[in-house]
Amino acid sequence: MQTGSGLEKMPGGILVTTVEKLANWARKGSLWPATFGLACCAIEMMATGAGRYDLARFGMEVFRASPRQADLMIVSGRVSQKMAPVLRTIYDQMPEPKWVISMGVCATSGGMFNNYAIVQGVDQIVPVDMYVPGCPPRPEMLMDGILRLHEKIMKGEPRSKLVLEPEGSGEPRRGAPVSRKGSGEPRRGAPVGSGGAR
Amino acid sequence: MTTEPTTAEASENGFRPPDALQPVLTGLRERFEDAILDVGGHRGEVVVELERERLVEVCTFLRDHPAARFRQLASITGIDYLKYDDRPERLCADYNLYSFDHNIRIRLKVRVTVEDPNIPSVTGVWPAANFMEREAYDFFGIRFDGHPNLVRIQMPEDWEGYPQRKDYPLGGVDVDYINAHIPPPDTRRYKGGWTST
Amino acid sequence: MSEVETPDVDRPTSALVEEVVVPPGEARDLPPTPAARQVSLNERRAHQVVAMGGGDWAEVTARADAEGQDDVMVINMGPQHPSTHGVLRLVVELKGEEVISLQPVVGYLHTGIEKTCEYRTWVQGVTLVTRMDYLAPIFNETAYCLAVEKLLGIEAPPRAQALRVLMMELNRISSHLVWLATTGLELGALSIMLYGFREREEILDILEDVTGLRMNHAWVRPAGVSQDLPEGTEDKIRAFVRDMRAKADEYETLLTNNPIWLERTKGIGHLPLDDLIGLGTTGPMLRAAGLAHDLRKVQPYCGYEQYEFDVPTATGSDVYARYQVRLAEMRESLRIVEQVLDSLPDGPVMSTDPKVGWPAKLALGPDGLGNSPAHVQHIMGESMEALIHHFKQVTEGIKVPRGEVYVPIESPRGELGYHVVSDGSNLPYRVHVRDPSFVNLQTVSEMTLGLLVADVIAALSSTDPVLGGVDR
Repeated sequence: MQTGSGLEKMPGGILVTTVEKLANWARKGSLWPATFGLACCAIEMMATGAGRYDLARFGMEVFRASPRQADLMIVSGRVSQKMAPVLRTIYDQMPEPKWVISMGVCATSGGMFNNYAIVQGVDQIVPVDMYVPGCPPRPEMLMDGILRLHEKIMKGEPRSKLVLEPEGSGEPRRGAPVSRKGSGEPRRGAPVGSGGAR
Repeated sequence: MTTEPTTAEASENGFRPPDALQPVLTGLRERFEDAILDVGGHRGEVVVELERERLVEVCTFLRDHPAARFRQLASITGIDYLKYDDRPERLCADYNLYSFDHNIRIRLKVRVTVEDPNIPSVTGVWPAANFMEREAYDFFGIRFDGHPNLVRIQMPEDWEGYPQRKDYPLGGVDVDYINAHIPPPDTRRYKGGWTST
Repeated sequence: MSEVETPDVDRPTSALVEEVVVPPGEARDLPPTPAARQVSLNERRAHQVVAMGGGDWAEVTARADAEGQDDVMVINMGPQHPSTHGVLRLVVELKGEEVISLQPVVGYLHTGIEKTCEYRTWVQGVTLVTRMDYLAPIFNETAYCLAVEKLLGIEAPPRAQALRVLMMELNRISSHLVWLATTGLELGALSIMLYGFREREEILDILEDVTGLRMNHAWVRPAGVSQDLPEGTEDKIRAFVRDMRAKADEYETLLTNNPIWLERTKGIGHLPLDDLIGLGTTGPMLRAAGLAHDLRKVQPYCGYEQYEFDVPTATGSDVYARYQVRLAEMRESLRIVEQVLDSLPDGPVMSTDPKVGWPAKLALGPDGLGNSPAHVQHIMGESMEALIHHFKQVTEGIKVPRGEVYVPIESPRGELGYHVVSDGSNLPYRVHVRDPSFVNLQTVSEMTLGLLVADVIAALSSTDPVLGGVDR
């Protein structure tokens, strides 16, 4: 380990990794969620933050209304086509580092609503770090997801990336974000009922 | 109350409206005989099918006449009868009215075609119709003439198409599992028969 | 992007604003206009930023700019906002801090449940409708099942009806508790949030015991309910009722004569009774204006006529009056729960008619809850016909005779009505839900004129909107 000068090249070593670990510990120790409760899962999220299943013991009871002050976006509930741009805007307004938990099956994959109105999985819009299934997930399940996310943060694992098709591949991803024209023709990119051509 | 309920295929043998609604129906028949297409009902409910021209007059009468006093517009339901019967007027607006004074309910139906889906708006009679008519417009394309602000309410503003019509697909994507592939609900085949799709 | 069809309707426009039809959400350069209407930077930005569905943003900003008033601000509250009870968006025109006009924009939670019901069997519809008004799922399920039963021409067994009433009233209490908790939170009484949710957890424990789930139960089915009360539930419920009475007194002590609460809620959001009736309002809002209209009394269902309870009303028709009504309703619900437990009839909880009743007789076995061994033995060993019925019921579902009905019930927010159309098949033809929050939301524009922004929150909150029901 080099000490002293040489700030242009920062080597690895005990000091830097300890600082990293410290930073990660601080990040996970007070991960402030942004209020993004949409539907039924929002009520369970509120219950998780309330007295019995207390999120305050993890430093997370302050649900920040302003995304500028939040680290974590818990997308709890079904995301409709009208809400999708709003979701992305809020995500963009959050400063780095930020994480996303998709709570409930509707946020994870569209849930039981496989239709024109619901985005089939919020990971089409924002990169998701933790998926918590359930309809709605019990508060204990949500806490389990949050604690696993804490572990992930502590380990310093690389952040999830938004999965997009590589340039020029020609074939849009299944269930690509829909055009908002619902003129009776199938969604752009979604082979409705074609039987799995991939 | 029976403890052994039966599946009643019972059809009403001739329609007899409840007594409390007799004066209302008599009043309607006296004044609006030409506008009433049909009076019927099912399971004790009374449904009056009207022509759209005099809808506002009928509604005003129903709201104000002392024997009727239907002051509450409970709901406006849009229905697409494409696969239900064969009439060309497939779009229907069903007005659900309730009277506090007499504790009676009545429903009005107005049916229009897709080519000419205009119905006079009743927002002047009951302001509650505002959101309800917007919803019927949004999902069925029924135009309510005279509505102060007929824009889409549930779908995004620039959505094309009227989602709850019967010829609009449900939408939906294929769901891929590792060894299975589930198509969206409206494209599956059901052995019992999708008699309504 | 093609032109949006704009209907030819008469739009009332201010005399100062030239009638230029601007399709909302489209970002483009507007043509130069005469002096009567100046295209402002505000509006341009509005088109570009609020491309997600501007509601009437363009009109509102145009009006504000055209009237040449610099102190009129157009503010957008939501859809992501701490105090909008869900994804509701309010486009508010403010002069200083007072509201000149307010328009709610909904649709951010539209799920297409009504259309999806047309592609699911009648029983599967229960799982869909239960997620509309997610704070009062049992009410959604019950109203839907009552409509299906009306079409079938049957009634559920008496024990099933009594259990439905029991669960509905517990759900009413839990819904009012969430209302109290969130309203308190929004007005700054943070401890009420914790108390409300603490009590709600007790109710959710009971619901979980009986139905298996904390929320979105799918427990009420057409022609009955799916499971009976397990052992020991009755004692639990009675203990809860005793506890809840004491807690309701606590809330009253904390809030009813609290000067801060009074200042924040008295006189706020007042609407006279005639306006409320014209706007189609139902539920505690109507009762807080003095009209004792409760569907449980005037058009009873599920055996409500057997139980003795009052319909609380108030006369203020403001936020405080609505608070009083909801708190009193919680107490009345406790009375009903006790009466139901005292008079619970015996018998099956699901119709025994094989063409209608859900066939699974659930029982607790060694590997968990599932079909009872006796039922399995019956269909596998004893009766071929029973096996066929079971199979057809579960795969194809019940067949409901042709017709349409409308069945309203009294949910915590008002009149929840289901207009169900059947074409005789095993799938619903049309399920339309008259949701109370959707209709009550129209009052918000009227209620908030002239109020300060903080009072807008209080007034909106007193409407008790649940956006799952509003948007469906």
